[in-house]
Amino acid sequence: MQTLILIFVVLGLATIGYMSGRGRAILVSGGAPKTLHSLPSYYGTYSAFWIAIPALLVLTIWLFIEPKLIQAWVMGGLPDSLTGDLAADRLGLLLNDIRNLASGNIVSRDVDPALQAAADRLITLQAAGFWLMVALVVLVGIGGFLLARSRITPDLRARNSVERTVNIILIISSLIAILTTVGIVFSLIFESFRFFVQVPFYEFLFGLNWSPQTALRADQVGSSGAFGAVPLFMGTLLITLIAMAVAAPIGLMSAVYMAEYADPRFRAIAKPLLEVLAGIPTVVYGFFAALTVAPFFRNTGEAIGLDVASESALAAGVVMGIMIIPFVSSLSDDVINAVPQSLRDGSYGLGATKSETIRSVVVPAALPGIVGALLLATSRAIGETMIVVMAAGLAANLTLNPLEAVTTVTVQIVTLLVGDQEFDSAKTLSAFALGLVLFIVTLALNVIALSVVRKYREKYD
Amino acid sequence: MNDGTQAVEQALSESSTPKPATETKHVKILNRDVNVFYGEKHALKHVDLDIYEHEVTALIGPSGCGKSTFLRCLNRMNDVIDSCRVAGTIEIDQTDIYTSGLDVVQLRARVGMVFQKPNPFPKSIFDNVAYGPRIHGTAQNKSEVEEIVRTSLERAGLWKEVHDRLDQPGTGLSGGQQQRLCIARAIAVNPEVILMDEPCSALDPIATAKIEELIDELRENYTIVIVTHSMQQAARVSQRTAFFHLGDLVEVDQTDSMFTNPKDSRTQGYITGRFG
Repeated sequence: MQTLILIFVVLGLATIGYMSGRGRAILVSGGAPKTLHSLPSYYGTYSAFWIAIPALLVLTIWLFIEPKLIQAWVMGGLPDSLTGDLAADRLGLLLNDIRNLASGNIVSRDVDPALQAAADRLITLQAAGFWLMVALVVLVGIGGFLLARSRITPDLRARNSVERTVNIILIISSLIAILTTVGIVFSLIFESFRFFVQVPFYEFLFGLNWSPQTALRADQVGSSGAFGAVPLFMGTLLITLIAMAVAAPIGLMSAVYMAEYADPRFRAIAKPLLEVLAGIPTVVYGFFAALTVAPFFRNTGEAIGLDVASESALAAGVVMGIMIIPFVSSLSDDVINAVPQSLRDGSYGLGATKSETIRSVVVPAALPGIVGALLLATSRAIGETMIVVMAAGLAANLTLNPLEAVTTVTVQIVTLLVGDQEFDSAKTLSAFALGLVLFIVTLALNVIALSVVRKYREKYD
Repeated sequence: MNDGTQAVEQALSESSTPKPATETKHVKILNRDVNVFYGEKHALKHVDLDIYEHEVTALIGPSGCGKSTFLRCLNRMNDVIDSCRVAGTIEIDQTDIYTSGLDVVQLRARVGMVFQKPNPFPKSIFDNVAYGPRIHGTAQNKSEVEEIVRTSLERAGLWKEVHDRLDQPGTGLSGGQQQRLCIARAIAVNPEVILMDEPCSALDPIATAKIEELIDELRENYTIVIVTHSMQQAARVSQRTAFFHLGDLVEVDQTDSMFTNPKDSRTQGYITGRFG
């Protein structure tokens, strides 16, 4: 909280620096801003950068280093009777207790004078550290301000410096986004590796039996702990196939209608309406699937003598298909619209009818984009969670019958991680392995989709 | 300001084909009182124009004068535009093409069209040419299709350049080759009339020369109507020229007399480069 105030102070200083730098620039120009190399506002920004960037940099570094230094000092000051020859994790517990004592929380051991002394020491050090930080940051800010002020002359290329600094800030921002993604991927890989130490790789990928309950005690019953993920992959595949069987034809045909046949006024209303489908929260689709569609399928099945499970792959797949219709139709509509009118004219000019033109010229010309749209929709369907959690069930049946309950990779990840978990058991770690598989598959689909679109895109100008 | 006329005269004298006498010619397309409206705008006014068989008729005039609009009436391509309305009589071989019972598909098979910008389909060269015969079912089997593709490409003067790569995409050809491919595609339907809407405006001079040569050859078998911005081109390829201005058909005559002795002052102004 106090650090936040400090950041605002720095930003306030930067604002003052902006005004002052601007004023200074006009002053050194002798009242003729046209003789300056850059506009006065660039000199202002130049000063503001010189104040804010070094000060915030110092603040960040300080916040990283300070806790470690204080910790080292506090622990170093403890008598040997307390630290003794404790292992690293025990030392961590001790440090935790000192912190709790200092902030007035409950302590898990008897408070002896040595511990109390350490806690007092921690409080003093933290207070001193904070004020030292404030002083340092403000000093750096003022130093930057004075430096910038002394540098402002009519010849200073303030605009070039500002542009370069902005460029660097933009690069750092994009790096943060990229590095976060890379970090997530590496975390997936490392946790999956821990899982594969406990469960062999081939057993996970090719095993036919999924029952992730592991025993806490050796004599527990019914906790075999089988981690064969094939039923999950098959379930995901089955539901995705059903979803695409619904979404691909309906989405494509509605895209063709929207792009080629629809009255512009109808299109102006219908297209946003269709896109609203994409805005419905998936949890709404989920209970729609579980409470409306699944019972409907079961009752219909009963009526014609079919045995349909209450949580069937069919219900989940159909509803998921409806959900991804707008992905298919909206993207396909765009690519069909991008087919140049000259191609249609060429086909009409040869005596082709409208449907012949669409079938033989427009759709083939738009095909790469359509394939890309379908692949993106597929990867969306594979990663979709909420609908299948609610409508597809938990039973890891290895079946291709859409009328039975199946389970998917995403559903299992959810069930594995819901509630309190121990984070080193094979059961929990298997979620990371499943996540890794999911990530690789959807990544591959996206890469293929994008490269297909790029490779076969016709260059129309 | 006489540079334009001189160039045209030169082009006329270079034109090698003898101009046939028109009295014996058969009128292929008869236009009487043709009017076109785009919504409220009266784009084409009372056009009476005879287009003769086995002749090249050039339509010239400044931009927006209605010459492309008129061309697109002849195969009812204006039907595609919602706000467009056509009134008057257009007869091809004494058959009114705007009667209600007429099949637009058959009309467009008889009246082929080549567009301003080459627009080959994103298919192979072979499939581009075979497109028309396939949709009209004119070829009974594969060898007939191949025969049509071959003769069409030969007539369009493209066979020698592409015969060993018929399976490659038509969009990979050069601009001039693409335009000749589009002409081959139109010929493959075996039309009686070919409409060309500024077929050379996107091409370089060498490709233009080839297309013009081709147009002259095609005249033997087809009736050609060509819209052009270049008066030299009109002089080089056509036997008859019609000058449009602001929606009016100002003057129509044999090409050589039109360029050497224009009757209307607007025609004279346009062909000598005073406006347009």
